[in-house]
Amino acid sequence: MTDLTRLTASETAAAIKDRTVSAVEVTQAHLDRIATVDGQVHAFLHVDTEGALAQARKVDAGEFPGPLAGVPLALKDVLTMEGVPTTAGSKILEGWRPPYDATVTARLKAAGVVILGKTNMDEFAMGSSTEHSAYGPTHNPWDLTRIPGGSGGGSSAALASYQAPLAIGTDTGGSIRQPAAVTGTVGVKPTYGGVSRYGLVAFSSSLDQAGPCARTVLDAALLHEVIAGHDPHDSTSIDAPVPPVVEAARSRHIRGLRVGVVKELSGEGYEPGVQARFDEAVEILKDLGATVTEVSCPHFVYALPAYYLIAPSEASSNLARFDSVRYGLRVGDDGVNSLEEVMALTRAQGFGAEVKRRIILGTYALSSGYYDAYYGQAQKVRTLITRDFARAWESVDVLVAPTCPTVAFPLGAKLQDPLAMYRQDVASIPSNLYGGPAASFPAGLSDGLPVGLQVMAPTLRDDLLYRVGSAFEAALPAPVPSLAWENA
Amino acid sequence: MPEITREEVAHLARLARLALDDSELDVLAGQLDVILGAVAQIAEVTDAADVPPTSHAVPLVNVTRPDAVVPSLPREKVLAGAPAAEDGRFRVPRILDDSA
Amino acid sequence: MTAVPYDEALAEFEPVIGLETHVELGTASKMFCGCATEFGAEPNTQVCPVCLGLPGALPVVNETAIESTIRIGLALHCDIATWCRFARKNYFYPDMPKNFQTSQYDEPLCTDGYLDVLVAGETVRIPIERVHLEEDTGKSLHVGGATGRIHGASHSLVDYNRAGIPLVEIVTKPVTGTGTMPAEVAKAYVTELRDVLRGLGVSDVKMEQGSLRCDVNVSLNRPGQEWGTRSETKNVNSLRSVERAVRSEVERQAFRLRAGERIVQETRHFHEDTGMSTSGRSKEEATDYRYFPEPDLVPIAPDPVWVATLKDALPEAPSVRRLMLTKELGLSDNDSEAMVNAGVLDVVLATVEAGTSATEARNWWLGHLAQSANTAGVDAADLPITPAQVARVVALVNAGTLTAGLARQVVDGVLAGEGEPDAVVVSRGLAVVSDEGALAAAVDEAIAADPDAAEKVRSGKVAAAGALVGKVMKATRGQADASVARRLVLERLGVTADLS
Ligand SMILES: [Mg+2]
Ligand SMILES: [Zn+2]
Repeated sequence: MTDLTRLTASETAAAIKDRTVSAVEVTQAHLDRIATVDGQVHAFLHVDTEGALAQARKVDAGEFPGPLAGVPLALKDVLTMEGVPTTAGSKILEGWRPPYDATVTARLKAAGVVILGKTNMDEFAMGSSTEHSAYGPTHNPWDLTRIPGGSGGGSSAALASYQAPLAIGTDTGGSIRQPAAVTGTVGVKPTYGGVSRYGLVAFSSSLDQAGPCARTVLDAALLHEVIAGHDPHDSTSIDAPVPPVVEAARSRHIRGLRVGVVKELSGEGYEPGVQARFDEAVEILKDLGATVTEVSCPHFVYALPAYYLIAPSEASSNLARFDSVRYGLRVGDDGVNSLEEVMALTRAQGFGAEVKRRIILGTYALSSGYYDAYYGQAQKVRTLITRDFARAWESVDVLVAPTCPTVAFPLGAKLQDPLAMYRQDVASIPSNLYGGPAASFPAGLSDGLPVGLQVMAPTLRDDLLYRVGSAFEAALPAPVPSLAWENA
Repeated sequence: MPEITREEVAHLARLARLALDDSELDVLAGQLDVILGAVAQIAEVTDAADVPPTSHAVPLVNVTRPDAVVPSLPREKVLAGAPAAEDGRFRVPRILDDSA
Repeated sequence: MTAVPYDEALAEFEPVIGLETHVELGTASKMFCGCATEFGAEPNTQVCPVCLGLPGALPVVNETAIESTIRIGLALHCDIATWCRFARKNYFYPDMPKNFQTSQYDEPLCTDGYLDVLVAGETVRIPIERVHLEEDTGKSLHVGGATGRIHGASHSLVDYNRAGIPLVEIVTKPVTGTGTMPAEVAKAYVTELRDVLRGLGVSDVKMEQGSLRCDVNVSLNRPGQEWGTRSETKNVNSLRSVERAVRSEVERQAFRLRAGERIVQETRHFHEDTGMSTSGRSKEEATDYRYFPEPDLVPIAPDPVWVATLKDALPEAPSVRRLMLTKELGLSDNDSEAMVNAGVLDVVLATVEAGTSATEARNWWLGHLAQSANTAGVDAADLPITPAQVARVVALVNAGTLTAGLARQVVDGVLAGEGEPDAVVVSRGLAVVSDEGALAAAVDEAIAADPDAAEKVRSGKVAAAGALVGKVMKATRGQADASVARRLVLERLGVTADLS
């Protein structure tokens, strides 16, 4: 019998529909896989064995007709799921079981998707390596001594180690795309407002966006279609039809598509191997019939500094609610300390170093006297970056760039240097500031480690990402990790 | 170029309700200096001067809901996650500052 | 002595006042979620992920709250924004689930209006700076202290039912030129504002339940000099207290200024029980609110056509209604001002509409009902009696079923929750007794009990009959028809009087 964990999501769904296998068998195979390998990968923070099997049984009883019914999925621990622990990678939420489902979670359940559990992440999605998780790092299945990317390293590592064929990530500055790039998987940040943020534990509200992660372009599109669409519980949710992503993911042709290579997202700071794979990817796109031109987006170089003002500012406010009153950790309640002291002790102990760093930075950027120079100026730069995109769309249909400037680096390599860590996001951030969709697709290996091709598209043209991805995937299949450590 | 002192970080920590010790304040002051030094380059973007700020990535306005009551959470669920509860309410240590 | 008497203080200093009024809107659901807004519900039963600030929850604006705010702005002659945003006001407080308040900062919905109020026969125009929309906080119960106050408590218990109820903040510009009457002007403004809000039907404006709350700013300066440093007195929760708060602050500041001290810019807390305020947080160490546009809510851009429709549909202003009272119903200016000050203008009008004369309505609301309200410590308009019920009592008096004294007892019965006036008449047995047979025994007893008075009447001193009639009234617990009782007394004593 074939290894059920090696199937794609669409193959799995078809097999369950045909009754070749049962959803319970598929689910059990993945639970077994998790039990076998996750001790080494540490992709999951919580495995919901009972809930997953219960949902699989419902699928087998014919409750869900959808195209992903019975397919297992790994949910980033930043989305709430009723009754299941949700920590956002933080000690401050340890043990918290939300009384409600995120809209994404509810839609997955309604589609018959089997949620295996919650995946590891940098605390409150702040990081690019998953080393900032309060529960220990996740390891890259390509090389366990290296980072799986972040903040959604748990989700991408789960895919790359065949613990799940589908995963959900969230992307504030690249947290879906960079982990996808360094694990050789597919990750899509939809248009901001395309997928509901209700139930997504907020990092930076104006940038956060949940999206699909998978091993194939079609699987990502199928998942995209399940989770996307208007939600009245999210005021920033766009009330428009979901772009035809599945159709685009099956199209596999880009003849005549106008592709722009972003001049500012290359060169210095990009590893030669990464640059080489990117240049080859551009050649492949040309071979597939795309017209390729170089496009200048002069303000993209300011995206990183603008992001590191906007995101921490919003985070400093979003994270204020973790105060030991209504949920989560409480420290120092000895009957003597005042509430103010207990709050400050709880937050000092419950948040990790990176979170505290960003809270302090954001508090500074918003404080009176500094607002205009920092937060205000960053918001203006955001306008200029949006204008750069608008100008690009006058001449091209999509923009391409490396997803991130390096391959997966060794665990610990950048922990002492926040700025070096922040530079991982230099190429992914512009799309977050603009709001348009962007994706990372596997683009080969450099020194045996995956490299990602990033594609960026105009707002609500998420379908273009899948068009490019499907054609590119057909021309250059995703690399397969050896997972030699499994038998070591 | 900003020069962040330990006292300034201590003030920020008070605003953010973080009980940080002196060594943490020192480390953060140093790191904040470096980070702010790096992000300070956005001041160079002089063509931003008369550009409107972008606060939202979506061009939506007037997203509202009708004034209709929907069921609230049952109280057991409301208080289930509380570090401490008493008489149907969230229990907190004594409050010092009575101004809001 | 730490105060200068009010009149003396105002002879020496010029006051500048400012008022911030918070009004809880009477919407069915909260500002950003669908939880109910019932007052007095069991703690934490009207809460959800949104108003508890649970991780991941997001707000969605209540459209009726926007409409009500715009209507308030229009009634106060404000400009209505064509585009504005909500902002986050960041500070930590246990009553505030997200530790920021979703409010409005530099882009309020309504700006630049005014409200005319009548004080001592003169119209004073109060300039309005802004009207904006925000959310209310929860409530803490302080346990273990002697007074139930925060100070000295061992711990506190938080109820978030109130958290997220839509709250409109109405801020005046600094009001100058109030001369010797800043406290009276402040009270008249809040009274008039309350009547405007009640007329709009946007809030129940019950100060005792906290749905209308005031912060009062006061500063003093010597004539010709710059404005002084202001203090802000919070939690002023009755009309009387608005006046008391300004008065006590004028007296306190004058004392300090006279002593050559400077006024500290500070927040003070008003205590309803003592009528005094105590110093709170000093503004010099005030927190930095780090406002920024709320990213979870998109901008509000009211359609000008819609706003014009709302404007056309506004009810008459209380000042116009007051004019109607004086011009069409013939009440004096003094009467109408007294009614405004007592906050009963609307109920008086409603009582007239329910069928009484203006004078009858005035007499009830400024008379017995005003006394009852005073005794109960509430505003007359908030008494548990409706204008229709008052009108029914008046009708019963006019029909001869009740005397004035009986009518007061019926009203007391209604106030005590005994039901409609007719039901109280029956249950308390209060109808006038004019049946001569029923009164005859009481008349005989009165004569027998006071032979002196009887003799005087017999000898022609008819005025002495009053004492005997009084006895009859007393014996019948006020139910006797006094004119019938008097005729019977005289007849029995052999005197015929012209009773017409
Ligand atoms: Mg306010
Ligand atoms: Zn609610």
